[in-house]
Amino acid sequence: MARILAVDDSASMRKMVSFTLKGAGHDVVEAVDGVDALAKSQGQKFDLVISDVNMPNMDGITLIAELRKVASFKFIPMLMLTTESSGDKKQQGKAAGATGWIVKPFNPDQLLATIGKVL
Amino acid sequence: MTFDMSQFLATFYEESFEGLDIMETELLALDVGEADLETINTIFRAAHSIKGGSGTFGLNDVANFTHVMETLLDEMRDGKREVTQNAVNILLESVDVLREMLSALQAEEELDNERITTVKKKLDDLLAGTSSEGTSSEGTPVASTEKAEADTDTGSGWKIYFKPDEDMLQTGNDPVRMFRELAALGELNSVVDSSHLPEFPLIEPENSYLEWDLTLTGNIKKSDIEEVFEWVEDGCELTITPIASDIVTENNAVPASSAVSEKTSAKKSPAKRKASTETSSIRVSIDKVDELINMVGELVITQSMLSQLGEEENFGENQIEKLKSGLMQLERNTREMQENVMRIRMLPISFVFQRFPRLVHDLSDKLDKKIELVLSGESTELDKTVMEKIGDPLVHLIRNSLDHGIETPDVRIAAGKPETGEIHLNAYHEGGNIVIEITDDGAGLNLEKILTKAKGSGLVGENDKLSDEDIADLIFQPGFSTADVVSDVSGRGVGMDVVRRNIRALGGTVDVKTTTGQGSVFTIRLPLTLAILDGQSVVVGEEVYIVPLVAIIESVQVDVSLVNGITGQAEVYRLRNEYIPIVKLHEVFNINPLHADMKDGLLVVVEAEGKKVALLVDDLLGQQQVVIKSLETNFKSIEGISGATILGDGTVALILDVTGLISISKKNASKVKKLTVAA
Repeated sequence: MARILAVDDSASMRKMVSFTLKGAGHDVVEAVDGVDALAKSQGQKFDLVISDVNMPNMDGITLIAELRKVASFKFIPMLMLTTESSGDKKQQGKAAGATGWIVKPFNPDQLLATIGKVL
Repeated sequence: MTFDMSQFLATFYEESFEGLDIMETELLALDVGEADLETINTIFRAAHSIKGGSGTFGLNDVANFTHVMETLLDEMRDGKREVTQNAVNILLESVDVLREMLSALQAEEELDNERITTVKKKLDDLLAGTSSEGTSSEGTPVASTEKAEADTDTGSGWKIYFKPDEDMLQTGNDPVRMFRELAALGELNSVVDSSHLPEFPLIEPENSYLEWDLTLTGNIKKSDIEEVFEWVEDGCELTITPIASDIVTENNAVPASSAVSEKTSAKKSPAKRKASTETSSIRVSIDKVDELINMVGELVITQSMLSQLGEEENFGENQIEKLKSGLMQLERNTREMQENVMRIRMLPISFVFQRFPRLVHDLSDKLDKKIELVLSGESTELDKTVMEKIGDPLVHLIRNSLDHGIETPDVRIAAGKPETGEIHLNAYHEGGNIVIEITDDGAGLNLEKILTKAKGSGLVGENDKLSDEDIADLIFQPGFSTADVVSDVSGRGVGMDVVRRNIRALGGTVDVKTTTGQGSVFTIRLPLTLAILDGQSVVVGEEVYIVPLVAIIESVQVDVSLVNGITGQAEVYRLRNEYIPIVKLHEVFNINPLHADMKDGLLVVVEAEGKKVALLVDDLLGQQQVVIKSLETNFKSIEGISGATILGDGTVALILDVTGLISISKKNASKVKKLTVAA
């Protein structure tokens, strides 16, 4: 069981991700955007961060870059949820410190399979 | 693990409709030519979310459609494409199409494929047309774990050389995990080369200095191996060589995006959904819920205080004092609780208002008028049910103001007014009501024409003296229209009388004030909620009935000399210059009145749909707010009764339906007529 921070501004995606992860026995903290995620990461330890890229207030790439500055988030896996078919976002994400990505649309099985790669 | 995705669909629909509303609002706010980047970004994000969600939840038609919009918006966002009026219009149309698609899918109806194709073509053409850069034309990628691969497995295995860049660990990618994945594919042997490890004092613990020679044996596809290294392909040196052959493929892992998109057509699953029962839901801000919880807390405290008091053995003066104060506290708690529970059903009126910018935008185009819509008081809260029902009357009034109120630019300039007309939509609370005002700075109502028309159609007598307000009010009369030209905007299918009837059905009123040459103000007053009604309690025999306060015009003591009977069956009362039919409630409900003689009773004059009747009652009690309980759900619908309520003493009182009573009185009158004819 891992402690996971799931960030997405879309409630349906967030619910889906969170439900899937909880169903697999993980402990999930949800956040609605980068700013919310940063606030919820304060003084907390997580084993994994899964974040959407396009979000209001603070996007996922900025969030990952910010989190990497925090000691306890330096080496943990952080995955981006992205629909960007261009490699742009992936490369920007990698540069910011993202571990990898999950391409939307995905189903719960694919999500769990991908998470299995990093946990 | 498999589970039912449909449980997230309701949320997806809800947020998608919200997203579409946002897109629409922002598209309308977009300044053509010099578009604000943040605005485009907001629109893009909404489209993006819908695309992502629709793909995930298996709504591929929506996903494909949104994909084109997203690409278009993405180019605008990156400055590769100009924001033209044409593009904005097509995007607005696309928003409509998406809304229709989602509504149809939600209701499990057929999609209007023709329309979708037409608009999609417009989008495609736009995309293909003036874009300065190449456009990606691939469909929505559908993620797949297995890829259609050209390469075949070698049968024997692969040699892998892997040297991560020094900083790879800092992206959370751990070689150990990758090896674990590789080991799951086949038999893995690894040889570590630690020769690049610096002298101990020089080691940066956050860096990686190792490299590996791996041998993976088994029946394995190369693509599976590449997938393991997918996330790090740019952060390492990687060669994958078949054991059996000497061909070296150097770091040529297929970029994930193209590899995935190859699969698009093959892996498309038909949009399948479980039947979703449509339940209407409401979003409540967490503050409101917290307040309620807080109040329940107080209620529990009061309750425990009272029950403690009940257990005391000696019940004296002191305890009675405490009991009284406890009951007072309970009353306060209950009242606050009631108010707050009601507030849960309240939504800001912006839910209705937000559709009007689009309406005004489209209609002013059609009418060649320049009109600015100003909204204020959007945060004013209103009951959800009232809100749903006020939309259509408001649309009608706004169309009316656009069409008949605001003049064309040249007329306006000639009248010394600014070229652009203004329609102001305002909402605010006043007493227990919500007031919505629609103000236009147009020509105002043509009172003369209205009066002529009214006289012509016999609504008004030839010599009647009417105040300006009375004349203006004529437009709400059934069958009244001054429009010489039937325009396709406001049309003449439904008139203002329907607007007034619909608003009255909500227990509200609508009035108009007009100043010739300066414009008109339509004022709608609505009760805040349909669940509570301001009522007048009246006594008939042993029973108490509630008359809705909005319907009451006045109450008078019966002056028998003013009662004119027709064969003793139907009677009318002469009130000043009007003859008003009398409805004897005790006869309607078949109960014994307290006063056998009419002169001891009271007449409550009520009005509905422009008709008045006088209700004969025995006595008036106080005015009070009552909570409406539906008769239909608990019993059955009865003519003349709109519902029931429970009074303070626990007895049930029926709430009178004035419209129903009027139709009862009409039936009685016609019965009488028939009788007289027969005689």
